[in-house]
Amino acid sequence: MSADSPLAIEATGLVKSFGETRAVDGVDLAVRTGSVYGVLGPNGAGKTTTIRMLATLLRPDAGSARVLGHDIVSEADAVRGLVSLTGQLASVDEDLTGRENLILLGRLLGLRRPTAKARAGELLDAFGLADAAGRLVKHYSGGMRRRLDIAASIVVTPDLMFLDEPTTGLDPRSRNQVWEIVRSLVAEGTTILLCTQYLDEADQLADGIAVIDHGRVIAEGTPGQLKASVGSGALHVRLLDPEQRPEAARVLERSLDGVHLEPDPAALSAPCSDADRAAEAVADLARAGVRIAGFSLGQPSLDEVFLALTGHAAEEEASEEELPV
Amino acid sequence: MSTAPTTRSAPGADEAAVRKALSSTPRPPRASAVSTALTFGWRGMLKVKHVPEQLLDVTITPVMFVLMFTYLFGGAIAGSTGEYLDYILPGILVMSVLFTTVYSGVALNTDLTKGVVDRFRSLPIWRPSPLVGSLLGDSVRYLIAGTVIVVLGVILGYRPDAGIPGVIAALALVIVFAFGLSWVFTTLGLLLRSPNAVMNAGFMGIFPVTFLSNVFVEPETLPSVLEAFVNVNPVSVLATASRGLMEGNAEAGDIAIVLATAAALTAVFAPLTTRLYRRA
Repeated sequence: MSADSPLAIEATGLVKSFGETRAVDGVDLAVRTGSVYGVLGPNGAGKTTTIRMLATLLRPDAGSARVLGHDIVSEADAVRGLVSLTGQLASVDEDLTGRENLILLGRLLGLRRPTAKARAGELLDAFGLADAAGRLVKHYSGGMRRRLDIAASIVVTPDLMFLDEPTTGLDPRSRNQVWEIVRSLVAEGTTILLCTQYLDEADQLADGIAVIDHGRVIAEGTPGQLKASVGSGALHVRLLDPEQRPEAARVLERSLDGVHLEPDPAALSAPCSDADRAAEAVADLARAGVRIAGFSLGQPSLDEVFLALTGHAAEEEASEEELPV
Repeated sequence: MSTAPTTRSAPGADEAAVRKALSSTPRPPRASAVSTALTFGWRGMLKVKHVPEQLLDVTITPVMFVLMFTYLFGGAIAGSTGEYLDYILPGILVMSVLFTTVYSGVALNTDLTKGVVDRFRSLPIWRPSPLVGSLLGDSVRYLIAGTVIVVLGVILGYRPDAGIPGVIAALALVIVFAFGLSWVFTTLGLLLRSPNAVMNAGFMGIFPVTFLSNVFVEPETLPSVLEAFVNVNPVSVLATASRGLMEGNAEAGDIAIVLATAAALTAVFAPLTTRLYRRA
């Protein structure tokens, strides 16, 4: 029945306060079935609290949401039967082995013992954990723990999966592995709600993104729209001599579309996403006699998205880590 | 996006196998409450298997108690260590099992600091099953603690009149009572902030309740106010009933009081624990 509904998640005006703090302050979300939806924001923005409400772990103070057609409060049990959660803290039991974790979940989800065992073996093989199957999870590396965590979430294939910061703290290689797994999940038709602090992660995986700050959705769109709204990319230039910055700014203004003076007196940037145009602009600078210490062409960072959308940097929000209460 | 397999340096997960794994499971019917509770009990057993050291506190402490009380106080209290052993062994059985119940609260509090609880709470299972299951697992620890005491007693010369059936009946009664009492500590485990706080508060409660009972001394030797308290203390009733079962002269009234107390503790504190766990 969930397949009939075009929306896997439909949330209106979700509010959750902890004491004086309004962790989530009126969040609306509409997530299409079969898509990956990214919720992007800094620590403490309300991402985890939103996920915990949608996964029926927290009861919203106000607002309502339907997950796969079921109300998260009045039909919480039905929701739990269709979703799985991979939390910010790895949601596996550290004091058990990888195999035992998967058998445990299989049994809890209603598989018979032999089926649960076979399923655990199949998943351990698929996720490259067969060699570590008999080891306690507390001795796993961060990447292995994440893979096990995701494997645990698909012991019985869920219709919707919540992934809360799946790659925070992982090295680039492990991060790529997790991304590959997420892509496989999507290819098989699982809807994913992905919380992340990284714009490039949302960009790599998500079809739609909501940017969240102070418990509110402040922007929404496809990764392309979002990046376009912050100037898609930028050429960053550092000068050897800060005295030459006005001259450099004039050149870049002409070669590219506008220029931005950085707080650093020797640095400036210009919106640009095309490598050829960037190379041209750098050549123009050289021809004009501007001496360059270095330059780079980059995607806008989460900081830049935040700066563009809110006028303040993401870092300011990171004072208080959002933890389950 | 997924068209360039040659650039992937990800031997960690096999994409084709992951896809196959995803498509190969139809959703099974929901597990029953009994099945999920037993599965959580199995989880508790696995932890004992992986960290057998945690059995030390349920085995060494009671052994120390038996030896210390029998040989230190036996002569002074009962005239001879042999006679005192007859009196104190069922009492220490009660005490050491009741002390172990505090650890149920400590373990639950420790569990809450880990992410796995979020997963359990997001599963479509009978809500109290993680709690009931871990207490079932703990009951096995209680059984181990109790068995150690009885075996040690027999080595030291304790010969219960009612024989093995009496001992088994006494152990069962103590474990049922401990199951009820442990809900008090799981409630505490959900209310307090750290495992240490649970441990301290738990023992602050269990020590007086255990010592102000007839576990160690006959109540008649006590000041009258204290005697009155000791006589109504459920721990005294439990100790008396256990002695009775082991000696073959138990009173049905005592056993009924113990079972009723266990049921009452469960009726009050199990729903309270479940409520707190849901919100934790």
